[in-house]
Amino acid sequence: MKILVALKRVVDYNVRVRVKSDGSGVETDGVKMSINPFDEIALEEALRIKERGQADEVIVCSIGGSDVQQQLRTGLAMGADRAIHVETATAVQPLTAARIFLKLIEKEQPGIAFLGKQAIDDDCNQTGQMLAALWDRPQATFASKVEISDGKATVTREVDAGLETIEIDLPAVLTSDLRLNEPRFVKLPDIMKAKRKPLDSMAIDALGIETAAELEAVTFEPPPKRGGGKMVGSIDELVSELKNKGLL
Amino acid sequence: MSRILIIAEHDGTTLNVATAKTVTGANALGIDDIDVVVFADDPEAVAGQAAALTGVSRVLAVAHADFLHPLAARLAPEIAALAGDYSHILAPSTTFGKDLLPRAAALIGVNQVSDIMEVIDARTFKRPIYAGNAIATVRVPEGGPVVGTIRTASFAAAESEGSADVEQREAQAADPGHTRFVKVEGSDGDGPDLSSAPIVVSGGRALGSSDNFAIIYSLARKMGAAVGASRAAVDAGYVPNELQVGQTGKIIAPDLYFAIGISGAIQHLTGIKDAGTIVAINKDAEAPIFEIADLGLVGDLFEIVPELEKAL
Ligand SMILES: Cc1cc2nc3c(=O)[nH]c(=O)nc-3n(C[C@H](O)[C@H](O)[C@H](O)COP(=O)(O)OP(=O)(O)OC[C@H]3O[C@@H](n4cnc5c(N)ncnc54)[C@H](O)[C@@H]3O)c2cc1C
Ligand SMILES: Nc1ncnc2c1ncn2[C@@H]1O[C@H](COP(=O)(O)O)[C@@H](O)[C@H]1O
Repeated sequence: MKILVALKRVVDYNVRVRVKSDGSGVETDGVKMSINPFDEIALEEALRIKERGQADEVIVCSIGGSDVQQQLRTGLAMGADRAIHVETATAVQPLTAARIFLKLIEKEQPGIAFLGKQAIDDDCNQTGQMLAALWDRPQATFASKVEISDGKATVTREVDAGLETIEIDLPAVLTSDLRLNEPRFVKLPDIMKAKRKPLDSMAIDALGIETAAELEAVTFEPPPKRGGGKMVGSIDELVSELKNKGLL
Repeated sequence: MSRILIIAEHDGTTLNVATAKTVTGANALGIDDIDVVVFADDPEAVAGQAAALTGVSRVLAVAHADFLHPLAARLAPEIAALAGDYSHILAPSTTFGKDLLPRAAALIGVNQVSDIMEVIDARTFKRPIYAGNAIATVRVPEGGPVVGTIRTASFAAAESEGSADVEQREAQAADPGHTRFVKVEGSDGDGPDLSSAPIVVSGGRALGSSDNFAIIYSLARKMGAAVGASRAAVDAGYVPNELQVGQTGKIIAPDLYFAIGISGAIQHLTGIKDAGTIVAINKDAEAPIFEIADLGLVGDLFEIVPELEKAL
């Protein structure tokens, strides 16, 4: 079984993102970029499934400009066997991304397509579900535990009510939640080895997909600021402040 | 044609308050016809509750044994089959809506607007990106319906002063047979619901153990509050996952929020930005939580929390 893992290049989660003063977007010049944290978790899980002998190949793929190859190399250094880069000049939105992944699936025939539950830049939380719809296969989103056996996966999902367990037939789409695992650190020798692993790059046009009508970005603004806080010196002061506000 | 379809979220007997908030979001669109669809094995009770929501003009009750547990793979084609009659299809931005609606959007062939926090006009919306560090205004192109999830913390629940008609409808899709519900386990805490409680008391990594978390539960009980937590507290196993507040947990808007032993990482703050009053208790006067807290108290939570409980 092959596992296809999506890796999106995003602004590192530690960066405090700022909106450009002209409202045309957010400041990304010179900002640290990383693999989307959820995707790193998805890759870690795929590697563990392979290490348990339940998969033979882990393929990482990313859609974007040539710089996404950095994240693909990191994925290869973590242990993926090969990488696919779908080159686009402009960022794609979830439905187009899902159509691209479907093309890769048709070619590679993986047993699992593993995505992150959400990209921490657009915070859409859509692509995995869309891919499952287009592929007409099961989806197990927000996974915090995955067990594979006999062509099925039993997946525990983080839902508002607690933990839901579903059983799905493979092939299927899984999306990772934060508590699925803790990704491994990349070791220096692995970075060297990763340089020799195959990385295929293809233009989006070569895939023959129709780009979905995209949402038009009108403007970007910083979030409303919360009013300045007040420090209190004692519990009594805190309680009386809360009483004054009519909250107690 | 302007007509809105809202996908009801429920547990089989009770309509989730997230649906009432979605109705408020829909009311802001300035479109008169608002339908709510209830997929359930026995929709009667839930359909009745949906019909009472102010602004709802019609409830579609779709009964089928398959709908005992809501599975996206089963429900998305049902929504796609209804889509032709609607200009807008909305669901709450809960784990239910997030799981289901993008699957339906892909079948319909449109991108989704996730986490709508403000309606500008019928096709233009504000939504948070980068963990709430930026707010994007996006416009949905013509040529397909608007499919969107409503950020529930941004909208109050609709009142229950209406009386819409309930129409029975037949299920139109079949069970794909590849996805099976096994079980759902919740903590079934006896306190109020975290997503809608007026007061929430949250604890962080500083609590140190699940036993120590008892002081948070105790303070919450005294105030009739719900208990929440930071991701660090959940990851460490002090409390179950459904208590996580933040970018990847629950986005809440209580009147009063206590952040106790929580540093104030951006991913946590994005979950509480709409809270009325934020109180922070932290031993580190430099903790970022104090930058957004309305009331801050520096000190050791293990001393302060029991004292505070006594003082109330
Ligand atoms: C993709 C992604 C998504 C995330 N999503 C979320 C999310 O949804 N929600 C979330 O919460 N986090 C989320 N995080 C994690 C977030 O970045 C922080 O790591 C987390 O919120 C920290 O939790 P904390 O404040 O409890 O712990 P810490 O940051 O360790 O803070 C503990 C605080 O307790 C104080 N303290 C220690 N002892 C005492 C004492 N005795 N008395 C008083 N104060 C004391 C310390 O001064 C410190 O400020 C996410 C991270 C990533 C990468
Ligand atoms: N351009 C991309 N390249 C690689 N993976 C992507 C891309 N866009 C989306 N994904 C995958 O889809 C997931 C969900 O993204 P989103 O729906 O945008 O929140 C991400 O965590 C990735 O796994």
